[in-house]
Amino acid sequence: MSTTIDDGAVPQAHAGSTDTGNGSWTVALRRRWVNTLPPEKLLPDGQPAYVASWIYVFGVLTLSSLAMLIASGTILALKGPGWWHDSSLGHFFNSIHLWSVEMFFFFMVIHLWGKYWMSAWRGGRARVWTTGAVTFLIAIPCALTGYISQQNFDAQWISTQAKDAMNSVGIGSFFNLLNFGQIYGYHVFLLPLAVVLLVVVHVLLVRRHGVVPPLPNDLQQMLEDSRKGGAVATGSPAQAEQVVSR
Amino acid sequence: MTYRQRTKAINDAAREYRGPYRHYDIVKEATIAIGVVALLAVVLSILFSSPDEKPATVQSWSRAMPASFVATAVSELDGSSGTAGYGPPYNNASTGQHIAFIHLQQWFGVAHPINTSQDYVIAPLRALNTDTTLQHALNTYTSASAKQQMAWDNAYATAVGKAPHYADQAESREEQKSNTAAVLRISGANMGPLPVMMGRLLAFAQAGGLDGVLLANKQYYATDYTKTLMFLADGDYLPDLAQNDHLLGTQWGMMNETGSFPGQGWLWLYTFWYQIKPFSTSANADVLVMAVMGLLSVLFVAVPFLPGVRDLPRKIPIYRLIWREHYAQLQS
Repeated sequence: MSTTIDDGAVPQAHAGSTDTGNGSWTVALRRRWVNTLPPEKLLPDGQPAYVASWIYVFGVLTLSSLAMLIASGTILALKGPGWWHDSSLGHFFNSIHLWSVEMFFFFMVIHLWGKYWMSAWRGGRARVWTTGAVTFLIAIPCALTGYISQQNFDAQWISTQAKDAMNSVGIGSFFNLLNFGQIYGYHVFLLPLAVVLLVVVHVLLVRRHGVVPPLPNDLQQMLEDSRKGGAVATGSPAQAEQVVSR
Repeated sequence: MTYRQRTKAINDAAREYRGPYRHYDIVKEATIAIGVVALLAVVLSILFSSPDEKPATVQSWSRAMPASFVATAVSELDGSSGTAGYGPPYNNASTGQHIAFIHLQQWFGVAHPINTSQDYVIAPLRALNTDTTLQHALNTYTSASAKQQMAWDNAYATAVGKAPHYADQAESREEQKSNTAAVLRISGANMGPLPVMMGRLLAFAQAGGLDGVLLANKQYYATDYTKTLMFLADGDYLPDLAQNDHLLGTQWGMMNETGSFPGQGWLWLYTFWYQIKPFSTSANADVLVMAVMGLLSVLFVAVPFLPGVRDLPRKIPIYRLIWREHYAQLQS
């Protein structure tokens, strides 16, 4: 039986849909998903006109570096941790992995600073900031475990130095930087999984809430308007729905 | 208007955007960005490659610095080494680091037990069970009183400390042989069985046997390097190599990379604290740094909720530079 969903978010039920929606967890989840993040928000073909600065590039560059990290890391993992020491091709992919992580952090730090100076948490976007910040914090042990998984002198030195900080707060008892088997597992699966999940949530939140609008041109005036109870919006109403070709 | 009302007004103003839109192709942007980053990664890899310095081994250590090696082995035997006195998670020799009444290191207990005299000296030498002279020396040592053992240890350690090129790495095979011979010549009645024990341990290490014994665990497959790395870290060899690569703590430590490669620059703030007082001189430096970084991490995540920190971007109008086109458009 084909039905029409009443909330308007999904205008037509797909062929094969038999559920009226009453009591179906699947339909409820689908409705909520589509209401929260309709396709035009998820994959937009328009962007607010104020999104016109090089600073916006660093978010997507961070994501691209992450993609390169995963791709090069997957190749290194497929061949095993010892491969890159003996193979010039393996060494090349290790170099790709190294430079990708350098770029990842470089772009991410600029992205974070940019978002800070934009006060990008305004307008209900605090979770966008917090997921981004937590991603940065989780990425640090993710990279650290990578350096320790290298199986060379660098790995030996870093692990023996960093263990003291871990041990001092008790973490070292269950997160042993000197145990290659354990740390390799953290590096190739657990921590990247956490980073990727956080990044997915972060990006979906950005798509849900949109890119933060600029701070008001005349802050005092805006506050005055707000005090009088008038509606406040960042863009000029006269410009609403106008599409600017760039 | 109160601070709270002002913050709410600024927040509410950013909920909805009613201005103009421009065309945007998110898929195209992502594709181009991945292409650019991939190209950059390939170019950087071709131009600069990546470092891969061979790992240090107990074998390379014992060959390069035989006197330093046996001195470390004696310190493991008499309980004066860094590992022997470390505390949790390796042993209960100390309570470890703490802040005030918070002893996390102690509370988490001994998770990776290391008995330095047994694991690094006695047990490896016991494995050489066809060497009757050695086994006799071991029996003599283990059946002696703790006071006698300490007297032998001290006498031998003092003699080793005076060995030529104690702190220097041998640069040739001839130097290695000569330095090894100097260690093997150390003897004296006041040293008990130590010269025999240490001579055999040095030979075993130089042949590569000790690396294998230290890595061996209860199961056949071994991936846990805790014992062998802790032993290496107790000696002078690993720091000596690290110093050459500007990796010591006083050289901003592990945020650097071997050679001239960029390291973990993102660790600069962790490393920074170790360079200044009170951290640089505190016996609890690690736990203090972790506490500071933990606090800063929480504050970092909570920036949107921190008065003052969240207001700073409005006071320092870098945002006007970022959105200069938008403001120019509004003016016009």
